[in-house]
Amino acid sequence: MSNKVIQAIYNDDDVLLHAVKKVKAEKHHIEEIFTPFPVHGLDKAMGLEHTRLAICSFIFGCVGISVAATMMYYMMIVDWPQNIGGKPSFSFIENLPTFIPIMFEMTVFFAAHLMVITFYMRSRLWPFKEAENPDVRTTDDHFLMEIALHGNEKELTALLEETGAVEVIVSEKH
Amino acid sequence: MYTLSNKLKITAIVCMVLGLIGIAMGFLNAPSTVEEAAAIVKEASAHHGGGHAEAEEAHVMKMDHHEGEVAHHAEDEHNAESTHHAEAGHDEHAEHVFHQLQNRPWSAVLIAGFFFFMLSLGTLVFYAVQRVAQAGWSPVLFRVMEAITSYLVPGGIILFVFFVLTISHMNHLYLWMEPGITDHDTILAGKSGYLNSPFFIIRAAIFIAGWIGYRFISRKYSLAQDEATDDSNYKKNFKISVFFLLFFFVSESMMAWDWFMSLEPHWYSTLFAWYVFATMFVSAITVIAMSTVYLKSKGLLEFVNDSHLHDLAKFMFGLSIFWTYLWFGQFMLQWYANIPEESGYFLPRIEHYNPIFFGMVAINFLFPFLILMNSDFKRKPWFIFLAGTFILIGHYMDLFQIVMPSTVGEHWSFGAPEIGSILFFLGLFLITVTSAFAKTKVWLPKRDPFIEESKHFHY
Repeated sequence: MSNKVIQAIYNDDDVLLHAVKKVKAEKHHIEEIFTPFPVHGLDKAMGLEHTRLAICSFIFGCVGISVAATMMYYMMIVDWPQNIGGKPSFSFIENLPTFIPIMFEMTVFFAAHLMVITFYMRSRLWPFKEAENPDVRTTDDHFLMEIALHGNEKELTALLEETGAVEVIVSEKH
Repeated sequence: MYTLSNKLKITAIVCMVLGLIGIAMGFLNAPSTVEEAAAIVKEASAHHGGGHAEAEEAHVMKMDHHEGEVAHHAEDEHNAESTHHAEAGHDEHAEHVFHQLQNRPWSAVLIAGFFFFMLSLGTLVFYAVQRVAQAGWSPVLFRVMEAITSYLVPGGIILFVFFVLTISHMNHLYLWMEPGITDHDTILAGKSGYLNSPFFIIRAAIFIAGWIGYRFISRKYSLAQDEATDDSNYKKNFKISVFFLLFFFVSESMMAWDWFMSLEPHWYSTLFAWYVFATMFVSAITVIAMSTVYLKSKGLLEFVNDSHLHDLAKFMFGLSIFWTYLWFGQFMLQWYANIPEESGYFLPRIEHYNPIFFGMVAINFLFPFLILMNSDFKRKPWFIFLAGTFILIGHYMDLFQIVMPSTVGEHWSFGAPEIGSILFFLGLFLITVTSAFAKTKVWLPKRDPFIEESKHFHY
């Protein structure tokens, strides 16, 4: 079995969305779609699963608030409970209002930054990473759909041309 | 078309009758003489176990004295005042408690009366905001909002009558209204240019008339737009909504100072008006969401989809957090600096209203925060109903802790007058709003320029 893929290039996001629906209806597996901008509803048409980044972010936020609370409990109440301007440092709850701004910021900080880092890791993005772009035009004004070939080149080419592709290319897997 | 079911009508009327009985019991049980008041306090403290009574009274006296001190600090008559307190100390204390006990049914009516009034007032503001913002998602809900604001008229009239009775010295809710108070309280004397009975009632009249006026004009244009052949009514409605919002944010600030902050006339907070507004806004949007869920379950709003509900729930979620932000902003700043004339407001609330003062933060913040965070939950009608019920209870508690500590102090409980007032105004609110539902023939505003977008709104 060869590593061949077929790439259909479109020049309109609406045409692309219809093509995706048609290809899905014909039960072909779409490997990847490259677009210059987010196409609303593309993930639904492709049948992609929902992202779980929000759940990650919630957990990171919980970590953040725990870190902030533990840190300030230790520093302000346990380690050196000084009298600073008459603030009651006898117990955590008594001095809680002063800690809330920091707890809030730490929650947001952890939730935001760790979520972004999670996003970079999951989508494999980092500096000096080699771009995986099959066709430079896809960053400007063209849309590209990629389907793996299993010896059904003719049938697929016909199908893709029918969906309004401006170009159909068969190439070795990059 | 919505038909007002007999069951609902009877429930509402039963609520109102029971409520009236509760309110009447509250007024009958309130003491009419100082001696009766003393007996009530004694009996109440006997329940806590003997010996406690004297301690409590002594404590009240101390508090009383402190209040006096703060009030007269600006004066150089401090010494004279202290001796005055020492001589007439006990009598003055007994009279103070007597007034507090008398205030209880009045406060209960004010809290519940304003609570249901603010539900429709907040709805009116949300409606105006949607018009001014030219929101594309909400026009399908305009008829629901217009129906909820129909309560402004009876609710506003009752509140106005309440304030007329208040300035005619039927109760002792507002310290600055007491005759002769400005003679020996220089702080209140200094504020008397703003805080005086005639100006107070004129302001109340202007506010209530302004809000009701906008409601009528806007609804008129809204209905006229259905039959129109052009968009002129829509444009007029847009303009008048802009001016209403300008008027509202000035009048709402003054309303909060007048009706609630002046219950504690020696205290002030600059963000108090916004805090009251946040309470009003989040409860009102909750009521819009709950009404939408209810009407949809009756099959009347088939063009409202779960994305509309999702948007309303997002507002409930976001504004709950906004409310908490303002609550904490007010509390923390005054707690941190702890200046006596500022923290005097929070001391009785933390000491005598602890479960309510902190419980409402849990109900108004933690509960909606955790339950409405998930995007899928926000689309479930029963979830919105559950969260909404808690938000409404929480914001009733919020008003309770704004009013009660200032008017009845530590002699509070939750009994006949409070439950009666809630039931009465709940019944009135239900019957007014559901009859407005019944009068709504067409639920979809026909010629609104954004109606097509709104019908196909999808998030």
